[in-house]
Amino acid sequence: MINNTTPLLQMQNIKKDFFGNQVLTDINFTLEAGDVLGLCGENGAGKSTLMKILFGMDVIRETGGYGGDILLGGEKVQFATPFDALAAGIGMVHQEFSLIPGFTATENILLNREPKKKNVISEVFGERLNTLNYKEMDARSAQAIEKMGVKIDADMRISEMPVGHKQFTEIARELSKEQLKLLILDEPTAVLTEKEAEALLDSIRAMSARGIAVIFITHRLNEILAVCNKVIVMRDGSVVRDVPAAETSVKDITKWMVGRSVRADKAPAQEAAAAARDENAKTILSIRNLWVDMPGETVRNVSLDVREGEILGIGGLAGQGKLGIPNGVMGLYEAGGTVEFEGREIPLNSPRQCLDASLAFVSEDRRGVGLLLDESLEWNVAFSAMQIQNKFLKNYLGGLVKWRDEKAIRAVTQKYIDELAIKCTSSRQKAKELSGGNQQKICLAKAFALEPKFLFVSEPTRGIDVGAKALVLDALKKFNRESGVTVVMISSELEELRQTCDRIAIVSGGRIAGILPASESSEEFGLLMISQVK
Amino acid sequence: MNGKKTLGGKALELGKQYSVPIMFILICAVCIPLSGFSLSYLANEIVARMGRNCFLILCLLFPIMAGMGLNFAMTLGAMGGEIALILVADMQIWGIPGVVLAMIISIPISALLGWLCGSILNRARGREMITGYILNFFVGQGLYLMVVLYMMGPIIPIRHASIKLPRGYGIRNTVSLLNMRQCLDNLLAINIGGVKIPVLSFLIIAVLCLFIMWFRRTKLGQDMRAVGQDMQVARDAGIKVEQTRIISIVMSTVFAGFGMIIYLQNIGNMPTYTAHSQIGMFCIAALLVGGASVDKASIGNVFLGVILFHTMFIVAPSAGAVITGDSMVGEYFRVFVSYGVITLALVMYEMKKRSMKSLAGQQLALAQKEEEQQ
Repeated sequence: MINNTTPLLQMQNIKKDFFGNQVLTDINFTLEAGDVLGLCGENGAGKSTLMKILFGMDVIRETGGYGGDILLGGEKVQFATPFDALAAGIGMVHQEFSLIPGFTATENILLNREPKKKNVISEVFGERLNTLNYKEMDARSAQAIEKMGVKIDADMRISEMPVGHKQFTEIARELSKEQLKLLILDEPTAVLTEKEAEALLDSIRAMSARGIAVIFITHRLNEILAVCNKVIVMRDGSVVRDVPAAETSVKDITKWMVGRSVRADKAPAQEAAAAARDENAKTILSIRNLWVDMPGETVRNVSLDVREGEILGIGGLAGQGKLGIPNGVMGLYEAGGTVEFEGREIPLNSPRQCLDASLAFVSEDRRGVGLLLDESLEWNVAFSAMQIQNKFLKNYLGGLVKWRDEKAIRAVTQKYIDELAIKCTSSRQKAKELSGGNQQKICLAKAFALEPKFLFVSEPTRGIDVGAKALVLDALKKFNRESGVTVVMISSELEELRQTCDRIAIVSGGRIAGILPASESSEEFGLLMISQVK
Repeated sequence: MNGKKTLGGKALELGKQYSVPIMFILICAVCIPLSGFSLSYLANEIVARMGRNCFLILCLLFPIMAGMGLNFAMTLGAMGGEIALILVADMQIWGIPGVVLAMIISIPISALLGWLCGSILNRARGREMITGYILNFFVGQGLYLMVVLYMMGPIIPIRHASIKLPRGYGIRNTVSLLNMRQCLDNLLAINIGGVKIPVLSFLIIAVLCLFIMWFRRTKLGQDMRAVGQDMQVARDAGIKVEQTRIISIVMSTVFAGFGMIIYLQNIGNMPTYTAHSQIGMFCIAALLVGGASVDKASIGNVFLGVILFHTMFIVAPSAGAVITGDSMVGEYFRVFVSYGVITLALVMYEMKKRSMKSLAGQQLALAQKEEEQQ
């Protein structure tokens, strides 16, 4: 067992930057054996990055490593791969399932660690031809399931299991590792029903009683208070509070998480303008009973009205469904319900019809959906307009032959390069050679070139630096005010929404939890965000 | 649904699942009486073809297990087997020793080709089938011709004039294997009601089946299944994904080499330049006819497929002749069907994937409706 005087885990002055963008500053905390630590914070507060560092994920090494020391049982460790972390006794249950669908729970629990039996053929051809010892496998998985304290069917295939049981299978897999000392649970209850979540909390208590330390990341603050003995709240890459769970409350934690209550009065400048517009503006887009099957961003029964000429923000925590709304309306993911634009119904699951109705969409998936990476900026800017609206084309022979109007394309691209201050060598440069921020601006330019009446912008500032952020947001605002285009902006950063939008809808658990004017206090938004987290 | 899963509903489900085999059973049921063949003739033919083909088709199971789809590149193994047979024919070692020797010689050739193919397929993830298909042309029309037509003689010594082209190098269009013809089939053969059963061939096939069943229980087999279902998860668990995939292709190729040798000893002569050209296509078609899909195939699919596909093969030309008066129509029909069934299976596989996706959507819509009613 671990010596009582040395803590199990010490994190000392952990720092991390992604290419000069500081995401973690001086993180310090310690963890004793059997501790249950609740880790909370908004999206982008640095929780996942911190856990990735602890778990030795490749992405950390590839982006230049980290600063500070991790001490495990008093000894300094530096994990090159997750396998090293596993060997040292750290287990992690990720948000996304890491299970083989056609295998039983037992097979998954012991994946690649199956007990084996030797045979004649394996003596000749090597140990990979050892047969599996099914009896021993059953015994070991039963043991792990018992350790977890939640009953699941070990012989059931993953593909036939309810979601909650998949989650428990993952946990049992970590518990089946003999050396496990510290278990990281990244939002394990996000997919569980209430009853299952309770079972999970019990099992966390049981683990803690066995001396296994648990780091529990969740947005359900009640759970943290119920099971943890320590709470750490992170904001903007640093630890803002490190308190015993007994001395705090949901309200406190929410305040620390959002943490900008001091600035709450400094409401967005456009408040007056927004108020004036509010009442008399007609509804331009009306969404009724929308469901969207977007993996990880499921939308359930959303009804939403967007007023003409406003900027509506859609916020919420990751995985709650805010991204599903634009992707569903624009037909990129399977969706149902009704969407009316200017009083006309727009068929779902048909991107072309949306574009024809002069809706445009700047996707959060810049590299996949947004850009033609191997083509020039000119092409990227003009492509949609050319395809959808026959712009930038010269017609010959009465429209039988259409040629690209290179001159017009260059002119419009140059215009947006100047307007949006896109850093590039020329309008002929390839899109993949630009930095993230400039790529984002190209995506915007592409949507602007369509001259839409309505624009969805999804995560416009994801992965770009502060300066570029301001420029992108300003460009959006300008586009809205000057061209009178209605904009719906989806972002996980509440502050940015509050600066840009007139009204903000918060999505939680796939539903609209509420719509508030941007001038409302951060705390109110924070409460909405976690109101229906399931 | 909704708990009211009636017998009819179940039958429909079953019918959907086995639509391809059922379609072929119907075709055979119509064609058999039309062809006018006697049952004992048919039984004889089918048993002979089972002995000839099953081994080749079984080797397709390994890549399917590893999630690499239908191994169109099994032809590479067939070529390995053919080169080995040419060498053995040149050594004039006949009978069972000849067959065994050819198998041994084929192992390094097939393994090398399989490793090459596996490495290439690892770089073409998600497009294994089309890549394998094109590899066929490259290795089959390129490398194989170069080796057999030009290198055999000057570089690889060929002594026997009977298999060498008169110009002094290269191999003749047909290599006679008359001296090893059906040597496996005739050993231990028994005759039941006028049907010759090639017991030894069937024994060899049974051994391979047992091996496959045993193999599924080994660590390597488990790894292959894991890799086949989710490469990323398998990699995260520490399984060597690339290596496992290469091994599955190598195993498939080596067994395909054996299978080709068994196939050719049954036929008794080897059309040097065309023997392998359609073997992959027909084997895959047979497997699919047996009810297999791109991601799932069992030993049962192999046997059912061989029986159905070859019954159709035997009866279609004469049934065609009876119907249209032209036996070429039947010939055309069987080629048409073998390509058609592959296309159909691939399209159905894709459709199934899509319907799974829309099913998730329907569930969401349903949940929403229920919620509204409350």
